[in-house]
Amino acid sequence: MVLDGLDLDIGTGESMVVIGGSGVGKSVMLKCILGILTPDSGTIEIDGENVVGLTGSDHDRVNAKIGMLFQGAALFDSLPVWENVAFRLLGEGMNRKQAKEIAVAKLAQVGLRPNICDLAPADLSGGMKKRVGLARAIATDPEIIFFDEPTTGLDPIMSDVINNLIVSCVREVGATALSITHDMASARKIGDRIAMIYNGKIIWNGPANAVDKTGNDYVDQFVSGRTDGPIRMAVRA
Amino acid sequence: MNPLQPIGHVTLGFLATIGRITMFSGISLSHLFRPPYYPRIVIRQMIEIGYFSLPVVGLTAIFTGMVLALQSYTGFARFSAEGAVANVVVLSITRELAPVLAGLMVTGRIGASMAAEIGTMRVTEQVDALTTLSTNPFKYLVVPRIIAGVTMLPILVFIADIIGVLGGYLVGIYELGFNPANYLQNTWDFLESFDVVSGLIKAAVFGLIIALMGCYHGYYSRGGAQGVGQATTYAVVSASILILCFNFILTAAFFTVDV
Repeated sequence: MVLDGLDLDIGTGESMVVIGGSGVGKSVMLKCILGILTPDSGTIEIDGENVVGLTGSDHDRVNAKIGMLFQGAALFDSLPVWENVAFRLLGEGMNRKQAKEIAVAKLAQVGLRPNICDLAPADLSGGMKKRVGLARAIATDPEIIFFDEPTTGLDPIMSDVINNLIVSCVREVGATALSITHDMASARKIGDRIAMIYNGKIIWNGPANAVDKTGNDYVDQFVSGRTDGPIRMAVRA
Repeated sequence: MNPLQPIGHVTLGFLATIGRITMFSGISLSHLFRPPYYPRIVIRQMIEIGYFSLPVVGLTAIFTGMVLALQSYTGFARFSAEGAVANVVVLSITRELAPVLAGLMVTGRIGASMAAEIGTMRVTEQVDALTTLSTNPFKYLVVPRIIAGVTMLPILVFIADIIGVLGGYLVGIYELGFNPANYLQNTWDFLESFDVVSGLIKAAVFGLIIALMGCYHGYYSRGGAQGVGQATTYAVVSASILILCFNFILTAAFFTVDV
């Protein structure tokens, strides 16, 4: 069992960051909310509506409120950059010219120039892919944005650039944000609140500026990155 | 260990796979009749499957037709029935060789590519991204490939029929010394429309098999590059075997119609 008794509330307009080690179920939690995985039991409510088991148009209606930045950006290789950004708009039937104009505006919002519009995702660096992924996530000004390990694989400077973009984009869109990461610098920067997941449960949840003095041994060990403490990493000999 | 255990394990695994493929096919075909559709992707797949497969299918057909003419001449000359070469070539090509060989060649070219593309999309979370963007992966990835496979394979096979017969004609005229007019007359006289139609029906079924196997193995691939590699292998092997199985089933069905 990956998640067991996980309980987490996120207020409207709040930026929540869930931290935790690798393999503790952070991504599974996001995929359950998005309907990519179905939990065996429990409820997940978005705007008061239980979204577990929703299918078809009901599922699409809920997902229409959500933007998502994937860990590896998950850009569609077969489409140029601007069509990646405007994917949902085109799917909703918007004409291509108007969709491209919005895509260019969103790319500018994440600091990318219009001349990359017609490039293939394979032509972009890791940082640029993340930015295009971010532009796609905010393309329809969603109410909720999920960030899955937004700074993984990036150098510290590019990580900070992405963190700043996330903060500014979430503010501009006025969205509720849920991020999962094990990068504490990122968590401190983008989170209003931080929660820690361990053994499938939320073991601590509080304001971001209180994460260094929680009094919780597990959180303290994780935040300080020590090997000694109650958390034992599963290492195979 | 109980000696029956591995047999049971393999049997259960086989039945589970059959069940998964049946479910996948059912879901895919149900989406075929429900909008939205993605015409740009359908056209792109049609070009990929139809147009870009033409050279390989054409080359296969012309050499098969040429070999068939030579081999049937060798056999028929032993009982002075060389005149039947044109009939044998056209019937073998239209009813059997063009659909099966085109199906197998397209399986190698397209089935593998479908599995690799969708498998890569799966392991890089692009399939999950489709879901988050309110786009059903079956409608976006599977349905266009099925439509393209089912429509393009018959067109490819029809062209292969013509090229294959041309191959037999060239060998018959320039190597075996047949009279061109007689050869064409024999070809035309013994050809019935059902010979061509039965081959085209087979081709449509083979197109469905290629698309379903390519998409199924890609969609359920796991474990990074190795998983994608396995998916392409399974897609080609399973589609090839199914094509040969369904070729027999369809031939047996058409045989009862013929008789």
